[in-house]
Amino acid sequence: MSDARNTSADDSGFTTRLVALVRKETRQMLRDRSNLMVGLLLPVVLILLFGYGLSFDVRDAPVALVIQDRSETVSELVSGLRGSPYLDPVDVQTMEEASRMLVDGKVDAIVQIPGDFASRQVKGGAQVQLVLNGVDSTTAQTLEAYVQGAIATAMARQADRGGGMATGTVTLMTRTWFNEEGNSRWYLVPGLVVLIMTLVGAFLSSLLIAREWERGTLEALFVTPVRPLELVLAKLAPYIIIGLIDLAMCIIAAVVLFAVPIRGSLVAIVLVSFLYLLVSLLVGLLISGVTRNQFAASQVALLASFMPALMLSGFVFDLRNIPLAVRIVAEILPATHFMGVIKTLFLAGTDWGLVARNSAILLGYIVVLTFLTRRTLRKRLG
Amino acid sequence: MSDCTVVCEGLRKVFAGADGRPFDAVHDLTFSLKRGTISALVGPDGAGKTTLMRMVSGLLKPDGGSLEVLGTDVAADPQAVQNRISYMPQRFGLYEDLSVQENLDLYADLHGVPQEVRAERFRRMLEMTDMARFTARAAGNLSGGMKQKLGLACTLVRVPDLLLLDEPSVGVDPLSRRDLWEIIEQLIASDGLSVLVSTAYMDEAGRCDDVLVMDHGRLLAQDRPQAITARAAGLTYRVTPEPGTPARDLQARLIDAPERVVDAVPRGGAVRFIRQSDCPADGMADLLQGRPVEPRGEELEDAFMLLLRQHDAPKPNAPRDAAIPEIRLAAKEDAAGEAVIHVRDLVRRFGDFTAVANTSFDVRRGEIFGLLGPNGAGKTTTFRMLCGLLPATSGTLEVAGVNLRRARSEARRKIGYVAQKFSLYANLTVRENLEFFGGAYGLRGTVLKQRVHAILDQFGLDGAAASGALPHGYKQRLAMAAGLVHAPEILFLDEPTSGIDPLARRAFWRTITSLSQSGVTVIVTTHFMEEAEYCDRIAIQDAGRMLALGTPRQVREQAGGESVDDMNQAFIAIVEQGRVKGRSAA
Repeated sequence: MSDARNTSADDSGFTTRLVALVRKETRQMLRDRSNLMVGLLLPVVLILLFGYGLSFDVRDAPVALVIQDRSETVSELVSGLRGSPYLDPVDVQTMEEASRMLVDGKVDAIVQIPGDFASRQVKGGAQVQLVLNGVDSTTAQTLEAYVQGAIATAMARQADRGGGMATGTVTLMTRTWFNEEGNSRWYLVPGLVVLIMTLVGAFLSSLLIAREWERGTLEALFVTPVRPLELVLAKLAPYIIIGLIDLAMCIIAAVVLFAVPIRGSLVAIVLVSFLYLLVSLLVGLLISGVTRNQFAASQVALLASFMPALMLSGFVFDLRNIPLAVRIVAEILPATHFMGVIKTLFLAGTDWGLVARNSAILLGYIVVLTFLTRRTLRKRLG
Repeated sequence: MSDCTVVCEGLRKVFAGADGRPFDAVHDLTFSLKRGTISALVGPDGAGKTTLMRMVSGLLKPDGGSLEVLGTDVAADPQAVQNRISYMPQRFGLYEDLSVQENLDLYADLHGVPQEVRAERFRRMLEMTDMARFTARAAGNLSGGMKQKLGLACTLVRVPDLLLLDEPSVGVDPLSRRDLWEIIEQLIASDGLSVLVSTAYMDEAGRCDDVLVMDHGRLLAQDRPQAITARAAGLTYRVTPEPGTPARDLQARLIDAPERVVDAVPRGGAVRFIRQSDCPADGMADLLQGRPVEPRGEELEDAFMLLLRQHDAPKPNAPRDAAIPEIRLAAKEDAAGEAVIHVRDLVRRFGDFTAVANTSFDVRRGEIFGLLGPNGAGKTTTFRMLCGLLPATSGTLEVAGVNLRRARSEARRKIGYVAQKFSLYANLTVRENLEFFGGAYGLRGTVLKQRVHAILDQFGLDGAAASGALPHGYKQRLAMAAGLVHAPEILFLDEPTSGIDPLARRAFWRTITSLSQSGVTVIVTTHFMEEAEYCDRIAIQDAGRMLALGTPRQVREQAGGESVDDMNQAFIAIVEQGRVKGRSAA
């Protein structure tokens, strides 16, 4: 029976071993239903939740109208407000009542038109008072813009009819590029790709090495010709497939469900997403290898990758407005670099310079993380 | 190339101890192992066996000395060594969600076993392990013994230049253990393997060419088993206890005199003991109290105990020598003989699977009752029903006079339970753990304080020590203390001695004997058949059925005449008879 002896004393078994390990990881993944649920079902939930549930647009916001001037000018002005799809005006007699409604949360804003509006308008210097509920500052700002817009439109219409009498008035012509409608969904959905890649990548892979430590499977595995790098590569493989399926779901949902345009190159989108997926999987693996405990690893993965990606990558908040210290942290996050390029690719078009620069950054992360993860699988115990 | 597989000189490994101070897990080890031999590594828990195995396999870096494996310096090039050896760790991590065949394929691929060799090798391994029928079954659904066999098969998918087995038979029942060794010996014979195997069983060590005895990281002896056995020549005796008294009482008396008696264990209704060499042969009349003594042939286990005791002697405060707890609990002494556990026609089904079928027995107050059986026999299920952790499907079950089907919580206050995996809080101190468990059983205020104080004293535990940092034997002691803190009438112990060494087991059983003498009823499950000798009565279960019930002597007699002395043989015989009967009935 000595023919089975020493068949693997060299490195030539790399492919055999890698294929065996990939097969093992794939089987384990497919047989672990909870992992598959997180990998395939959770992204669907997130797409629907963020796509339909999360929006900064305000529609049919209740606004109290306190009209103390019954002139025609005013009713024309008010009809502008009533016609807006974003506002739902309610007539209220007194300012006191309107304030009470604002305090009770029945209305989001009060528009008060004083009794001398028409007379002042003739003289110039007519005033409309807008009271906003500043508790939700985002909604307040949006409402302010809507009310201003509606009033400005109404005034412009009057001026038109007056035969362009408004000499000396500067008119601001606004045009929004890339997201012409100012639709927040356009803004959020490309970012969703980042969130899902982060969650699926880091969370799922964070369990992989820790599970082997916990179940004691690594000790026997270490005393075989297997190399640490082979373990890392094999663990990535099946989850890359899951990640790519998720990516496809995100892109299809973006185009079909949310009508988000893809103005840049689809190839570039897939390329950067793939690079980011690798970064994300490696972050999870590294956490897994360092903590050696599934529970700790999944917590750390959630806190260290998903939460920052949500808060600091520019998903919601513009990074230029945040304090320098936080901004430095944001710049360290791989998600930030992916976020910048993916939004541009979806909404603006292909900026190959940006794609190249950010891909290079992600590639750098991949190299460093692979090296670090390999170190956590050095074949030593204790 | 030398004719040695392992050569080490002054080998050292330092770990941080439980108290934070570094200690030598392996201290100045010098030995060599010859090619083509099978060497056994024996020693108590914490002797450094696993540390040594891990250094040989390149998983731990030595802190001093030199270690050459197959002519290579392991520390310098562990991969070169790992390419040529096979190693089965104590907890062989099978991939539980992969099938038997998939596990085998994985290891064959990793070891680069060529396809043409593979088919024949798999066929042989599956045949030897009797697992050809189960190739498609997930490894996680195998019994404990089967998992261990599969682990061995995965380790041996190719013929290594050196095979390392770390306690392959730990926690495995006698039947599976016998199978496991048959496989190992067949492979050694056919493949000419060189093997280093660590074990807690002296009968296994006795089968090897070479035995290394370790304790506290030091090598106490290395020799042929016969030569080591000879060290106990002329010191070994057997004494028969007074009829009607349990052998363990006499055994306890002997083992309590360590300056004259090295070791004493009950066996076959009598007590075997080893005399200290500096004590004259007639110097122990007061211990024996006129009971008939006869010399008996020395065995490896005797020599092993002798070596350990000699080595331990200069350190009277070493953990396992710490005063054997003198236990006095407030149990009722008057009602001895009355049944405290009453089981009739107990049945437990899980779906269509009958885990326990029609089981009836009684346990009397103050008795030590042993529940034995192979892995998957239904011991744990029976046990959990007795403790009120699992409702019975049908049958009568009374514990301490309370019907468990009606008043479970009332019954629970009267019982103490020590699980196989102790559920202690690792980051609490010993005292905090005891206070918690006492509180959980309804003790409060000064009563709780007194009980905790008393139990710390009885078990020789340090209340301020962190529970997680205790050595295994002490953790177990703490688990037992936690089960006794509320002074229960009945103590349940699930596999208490699994994975602990002979010395710790002696100390454990000495405690049990004290408990029983103070009137506590003890129900215990165990894999170690010789431990049945400490019990007043035992029950043997297999496949959910009760195969034998009675005193150890009655059970041995039921097994058949010639194996009267050996509980292990008796057990195997009874289980096999039972299986034959079961098959013909079905």
